[in-house]
Amino acid sequence: MKKDDLIAPGHRTCAGCGPAIATRMMLRATGPNVVLCQSTGCMEVTTTQYPTTSWKVPWIHVLFENACSVAAGVREALNHQGKEDVKVIAFGGDGGMADIGFRAMSGLFERGHDVLVVIYDNEAYMNTGIQRSASTPWHAATTTTPAGRLSKGKEQWKKDMVAIAVAHHVPYAATASIAFPFDLEKKIKKALEIKGPKFLHIHTPCPVGWYYASEKTVEVAKLAVDSKMWALYEVENGVKKLTYKPKGTPVSDYMKLQKRFRHLSEDDIKEYQKRVDENFDKKFGEIK
Amino acid sequence: MIKTKMQILEGSRAAAEAVVLCRPALTVAYPITPQTHIVEDLAKFIADGKLKAEHMEVESEFSAISAVVGGSATGVRTFTATSSQGLALMHEVLFAASGMRLPIVMQVVNRALSAPINIWNDWQDSISARDSGWLQLYCETAQEVVDTTIQAYKIAEDKGVLLPVMVCMDGFFITHTLEPVEIPKQSTVDKFLPSYKSTHAYLDPEKPMTQGPFAFPKPYMELRKQLSDAIDDSDKIVKKVHDRFAKSFGHSYGNGLVDEYKNKGKKTAIITMGTLAGTVREAVDARDDISLVRIRSFRPFPKKDLKKALEKVDTVIILEKNIALGTGAGALYDEVRSTLYDEKTKKKILGVVCGIGGSEVTVDDVKNIAEISKKKKDGEVWWLMK
Repeated sequence: MKKDDLIAPGHRTCAGCGPAIATRMMLRATGPNVVLCQSTGCMEVTTTQYPTTSWKVPWIHVLFENACSVAAGVREALNHQGKEDVKVIAFGGDGGMADIGFRAMSGLFERGHDVLVVIYDNEAYMNTGIQRSASTPWHAATTTTPAGRLSKGKEQWKKDMVAIAVAHHVPYAATASIAFPFDLEKKIKKALEIKGPKFLHIHTPCPVGWYYASEKTVEVAKLAVDSKMWALYEVENGVKKLTYKPKGTPVSDYMKLQKRFRHLSEDDIKEYQKRVDENFDKKFGEIK
Repeated sequence: MIKTKMQILEGSRAAAEAVVLCRPALTVAYPITPQTHIVEDLAKFIADGKLKAEHMEVESEFSAISAVVGGSATGVRTFTATSSQGLALMHEVLFAASGMRLPIVMQVVNRALSAPINIWNDWQDSISARDSGWLQLYCETAQEVVDTTIQAYKIAEDKGVLLPVMVCMDGFFITHTLEPVEIPKQSTVDKFLPSYKSTHAYLDPEKPMTQGPFAFPKPYMELRKQLSDAIDDSDKIVKKVHDRFAKSFGHSYGNGLVDEYKNKGKKTAIITMGTLAGTVREAVDARDDISLVRIRSFRPFPKKDLKKALEKVDTVIILEKNIALGTGAGALYDEVRSTLYDEKTKKKILGVVCGIGGSEVTVDDVKNIAEISKKKKDGEVWWLMK
């Protein structure tokens, strides 16, 4: 990886911010010939306090739900200027992409613009104070899905964004984790070499929203992958491939570091483990 | 002045022809009645190679305006068109486009807003976007749509303006009606409107720029003040561009902001916008006691020019196809009344809400309103219910 960062230090993300690590890794992989189209969220609000900026690459933010549509317009305009070589990335959090910007993302995929869509997934609306999103995992407590006498946190399973991207016949869709920088770098580079719409979903733990000590971000990220809570894989032209074989660490090891799962009983965690394993086997059972 | 031949064209076709002449690099469309013919014609022109633009058919109006914002921020000339619900869906992006000072041009085909759902003409859609920081020019004829579209780019891209512009036209009355139209020559338009080179907004890895940042209260308020000043000051540019256009193309519309008809020596003036002005013109021809003062530029609102045009009249009747719900009157009424508040001699100011959701307004209706207004007291507002 190149050592010159294209995001300058001094931005205002929290200590141990997963998305900030993902951003830095992503830009080390892209190099400077890129335009970032960002949705409203943590990485936008912490990096561009007027009149300062952390970005050493051309960067645009318009609104929360339209990063993919803005990126499509940027792409076509760059093409008109004869700058087909400049890469365009639509970049946003899980709220901005999997929830409110979902229509725009689907439109981008379907029309086939040469744009890489990257989600940094901290599994809730962290910028507004830890509210649930479609990407919040099952039974995680958030400020809008609090644990209580009648509640075990979020009732629904996490939205499967890669499957949705693949359903649009994109040539390349993958997941990544900040705990696996070389895997992440490889996927960004690979995606940018492919013409057409691409998708990368990066798991980015958040110490503030998941309630763990800020120095444990990478450890938490690694445990998510090894416990199969977050699988590292890619789907290239419809062919699915695991890029890392998880160790099968118990989900409880991952959960016990975070307060958002603290309300779960042993039985709850047992059930959770069962569902995670079943889900993983269903998805990757036949894959080497 | 270069003469070109007159053609009989549907308004939508004329609108699309004007867009082609302006050579946008990026055109984005999402269909909505009664805007559809414009984007269909445009798509055909692009398919036939008459316009070399990147063309996107997107999944919503929200994405249409967002993509245009992206394109304009990259530094190219952009175009989109919409109507009614589509403009309402764009609402959030409208504020971002003007706040980012992007010289986008959008044709807005005026149509009523739901509910109940209604596809016919009134101005509720664009009037409801009046505070979004866009300039709004309202057209009376298909010819004016052509001319105003060309002028709109010239105004929007002026270094002293750098604001998005809506070219508003009445749904069906303009878009689906055949009218004689003069389509200017490409060479004349090219001379008037050279290719766009953005120096304030671009996305170039050679010269990285951050656009759309976050601002704390103090700089936020400063930037909003700059935006407000830019719109207020744009009246001079609207006029200047209109006058230059008149010299090159031979068409003019009053002074570009306000268009007066038989207003000299009259005691009663009817104020309106869009195609309703055509109806009022006929009523003015039929009676010798009324005049027409058409507002062409609703944003910027032409306070000075209106005051001047209404200096000698003692009765002002505002005919408008919108309602500022909760005020009991249309938006135009409130703004005209406020404009005339500090005039030395008090005028009788009346408001008529009419033509809502495509309801008919005839020449006889206008004549009748002129008659009724004699017995009305200052401040009365009524609906033309038929």
